[in-house]
Amino acid sequence: MVRSTGDDVLALFHSLRSAYAATPKNLKIIDLYVAFAVSTALIQVVYMAMVGSFPFNSFLSGVLSCVGTAVLAVCLRIQVNKENKEFKDLPPERAYADFILCNLVLHLVIMNFLG
Amino acid sequence: MADLSSDHAITKQDESLTSLPFDLDEALSFPVRYSSSDDSPVEGTPTEPDWHPVVMNFPAVDPDDSAGHCTVCMEGFRSSGEGGRRMPCGHAYHASCITTWLSLGHSATCQKQANYGHFVIGGRNPLRQVPARQVYNNSKSFFPSILDLDASPQRARTGPSFSAPPALPSETLNTSAGACARPSMSSPETASERTVRHAFGNVLAFFVLLLIGVLAFSIRLFSVIKYESVIHEFDPYFNYRVTQFLTKNGIYDFWNWFDDRTWYPLGRVIGGTVYPGLTLTAGTLWWVLHSLNIPLSVETVCVFTAPTFSAFASWATYLLTKEVKGPGAGLAAATLLGMVPSYISRSVAGSYDNEAVAIFALIFTFFLYIKTLNTGSLFYATLNAISYFYMVCSWGGYTFIINLIPIHVLLCIVTGRYSSRLYIAYAPLVVLGTLLAALVPVVGFNAVMTSEHFASFLVFIILHVVALVYYIKGILSPRMFKVAVTLVLSIGLAVCCAVIAILIAVVASSPTKGWSGRSLSLLDPTYASKYIPIIASVSEHQPPAWPSYFMDINVLAFLVPAGIIACFLPLSDASSFAVLYIVTSVYFSGVMVRLMLVLAPAACIMSGIALSEAFDALTGSIKFQLLGFSTENSQVGVGDASPDNAPAQKNAVKSDASENTLKDRTSRKNKKKEKERGKEEQGGQSSLQSQIKMRLQVLPLESSIIGVFLLIMLGAFYVVHCVWAAAEAYSAPSIVLTSHSQNGLHVFDDFREAYAWLRHNTEVDDKVASWWDYGYQTTAMANRTVIVDNNTWNNTHIATVGTAMSSPEKAAWEIFNSLDVKYVLVVFGGLVGYPSDDINKFLWMVRIGGGVFPHIKEPDYLRDGQYRIDSQATPTMLNCLMYKLSYYRFVDADGKGFDRVRQTEIGKKHFKLTHFEEVFTTHHWMVRIYKLKPPKNRIRGKAKKSKLKASSISSSKKSTKIKKNPWL
Repeated sequence: MVRSTGDDVLALFHSLRSAYAATPKNLKIIDLYVAFAVSTALIQVVYMAMVGSFPFNSFLSGVLSCVGTAVLAVCLRIQVNKENKEFKDLPPERAYADFILCNLVLHLVIMNFLG
Repeated sequence: MADLSSDHAITKQDESLTSLPFDLDEALSFPVRYSSSDDSPVEGTPTEPDWHPVVMNFPAVDPDDSAGHCTVCMEGFRSSGEGGRRMPCGHAYHASCITTWLSLGHSATCQKQANYGHFVIGGRNPLRQVPARQVYNNSKSFFPSILDLDASPQRARTGPSFSAPPALPSETLNTSAGACARPSMSSPETASERTVRHAFGNVLAFFVLLLIGVLAFSIRLFSVIKYESVIHEFDPYFNYRVTQFLTKNGIYDFWNWFDDRTWYPLGRVIGGTVYPGLTLTAGTLWWVLHSLNIPLSVETVCVFTAPTFSAFASWATYLLTKEVKGPGAGLAAATLLGMVPSYISRSVAGSYDNEAVAIFALIFTFFLYIKTLNTGSLFYATLNAISYFYMVCSWGGYTFIINLIPIHVLLCIVTGRYSSRLYIAYAPLVVLGTLLAALVPVVGFNAVMTSEHFASFLVFIILHVVALVYYIKGILSPRMFKVAVTLVLSIGLAVCCAVIAILIAVVASSPTKGWSGRSLSLLDPTYASKYIPIIASVSEHQPPAWPSYFMDINVLAFLVPAGIIACFLPLSDASSFAVLYIVTSVYFSGVMVRLMLVLAPAACIMSGIALSEAFDALTGSIKFQLLGFSTENSQVGVGDASPDNAPAQKNAVKSDASENTLKDRTSRKNKKKEKERGKEEQGGQSSLQSQIKMRLQVLPLESSIIGVFLLIMLGAFYVVHCVWAAAEAYSAPSIVLTSHSQNGLHVFDDFREAYAWLRHNTEVDDKVASWWDYGYQTTAMANRTVIVDNNTWNNTHIATVGTAMSSPEKAAWEIFNSLDVKYVLVVFGGLVGYPSDDINKFLWMVRIGGGVFPHIKEPDYLRDGQYRIDSQATPTMLNCLMYKLSYYRFVDADGKGFDRVRQTEIGKKHFKLTHFEEVFTTHHWMVRIYKLKPPKNRIRGKAKKSKLKASSISSSKKSTKIKKNPWL
């Protein structure tokens, strides 16, 4: 039972890996970016748990800027993904432009909120 | 049976029929002949070498891929050898089918039409999934229907899902072949014609919208015309005062403004306690006008802000409904919203309140959400967050948005409608929206700390989990995915339980479970009346009575169910949102009469959809009937000349039928029937039978005309009601009152008289006490400091004033004196019969006062549970300050002391005031102002006595405190 589960897990990891290896390079870069943003957010949360959340707006803007960046990058990834049929009509240039605009708004707000 | 020569023969015949208004039947029917290879002798089934060179360049369709079916022959792609080719527009065809089409279209110029992403070959569209309305535009419409403006992307996308495959029987072969030869002759003409028609429709829609805006603006001007250009009621006066400050001192001073005129001795930080959206909007408007050298006063700008934004709101409604159900429904909904009485009641000229701009912001935010959901564009997501920010700035009702949208997302996920567009529409909104909301001082950290917002975060997390699941499902094989699911489920459940337990613990640890009183009273309608008298005392927080639905949304109440049904045919993401919106807003409007305002746009959208669908169906049948007869006649005429009469006849019927098919497609009410019909046709049954059936499904001419007539009558009834409501019911500014008598119009301008008296006859620093309803007006119009005003954030302070009003004269004097009060203002309607005066509100003063100071007991003021002021009234009632101040010298006015509001003679007629003196009473006695007498000089030997008396009369905390007062 345990063995078969372990095998399954192994097989799962293998197939996941092989499936992911087929991802185009630009998507992989975006994935890396997302992972970086999420891990930064996690570090901040851990830091907050240790030190306390006193300048709450600073903490909030720090975490939300990371989360927001990650979310926007995921949106970008969805839009530029060639396999996604929903966005066939959307040129990648437009997707990047939207991404930059959204980031601009996000970080203007963050700077305003940082206090 | 049909060869090329017959093709030409019928071309001629067809040209003689150019009056035939529909040329789309050929687009639908002719490729069929090539699908049935055994009776198509023209070219036979082309083998691979015959395929068109352009076609060969397109990628082959993978049969495993969910390519669907070839829309020319309506068959699937069984193997890759069959030669499926995917066109740039995303559609897949059999190479043979599309080649045939290209060769017949005499032109291989493939141009991608931006609007629909469909192929247009030789200016003509061969495909069946052309949005039905679009093709319909092609035909010479019977009348220029504004309902056929353009197909929104949403419609284009959902198009194929409801277009039944009209695979036509081969009997109509010869004529359809003739029809297909025609396009080469007339195609350039029709293309330009279509552009013109399209442009005409857009221009028409633009002007209709302009007119709707004018209508929405001008129907709200009754208050200015019938009364004057003044700010209305209570809260608008505060907003007006804040706007005045903003325009005078600028935005920075506005944020830091500490207002010492209210809530004496506490004061109020205005910048941090108001929703600044309305004031900033009006301030910006004023500033823009001034920089354009248009010298309007601040008051004028404030008065006309609400009508202006109601025009914007109806345009936003058009946009939203257009996203849900197309432009026809959009125009209908915009018209309805422009004059819905519920919204008029809050946005007449002069009603300068938060809701005036908030409803626009609400609808516009919903529109942008739906737009993002339909397009999946990050740009619209950004706009959506900014629009949400404006809503948060404007009104506390933004919590409705931040709860409704997550509910919709959840609904989409649960019903398996998750798409990456949903992710793009929601995830950025939550992050950006939360940050932006936290920027508004009055919301601040509440945006992440209170339960009203938790739902959005929870759904945010769920959405990410679902997105991840969909992604992994996409890259894994089904077997591996199953393994992954079992693995994740076992681990994930444990984690989820832990997280939920922590969340519940956090929420439960806060005293009100994290919910503010107002939200709790929304979720539990009995909450307010049980626990918070101060919320329950406001009349707009009461649940509405049934007639108020009829008064406020009128015929829309009957149209809404039809609209909901139309939204389910078919259910798209956008229409499910509309349904969710109406359902929740119906609930909320049932809790608080004030939230009828939120219901109104939803009701308008639904009714707009219902009306437009009904008109579509009815006018469609009328068109069909009239057109059908005319074509049949002409066809018969021509058919006599041709050798085989019967096929021609059939063709006429057939062309009717195919047109009818399209028409029905637009009216989704008949969708079900049409599906059945489609099945029958696919089954290859005799076409005649189905034609007859099709005929039967179209409504008879007479009944459709009557239906249209009745709908127009309904609309007329609605318009009449709305104009009446705007003119008579909702335009009274409530600071100026009028009454019609046999002597003509009588104007009661007592409020402004009293405030002007205060402004001119009292010291600048004097404090005026009144019940909280009149606080805003006193500060704004009299510019005097008040103890309490209409903002309800300090219950104890209001209770203190309530206690003073319900105490005997001396105790009240002590309370007021301790608050530095110089003047007391009461509103009295007994002489002229003004019902919302202080005596009628008095029980709420008792309740609110008693809620904090227990020595005030409600039963003391009631005789056998009855609230009365005649001779049967309790002594506590007859001796309380409110009674005395209201009825002092009243008997001198009419000689009998007859109260016209309560319709009784008052209980105690002759009495003197010991601690207050009357300083001003307005013309109609509606406002009476009293001055506190200064404390008496100490009289030897009497000091002890009065002290004793004081302690015996009042045992309140206040008076014991005041005993230490050096004044006594």
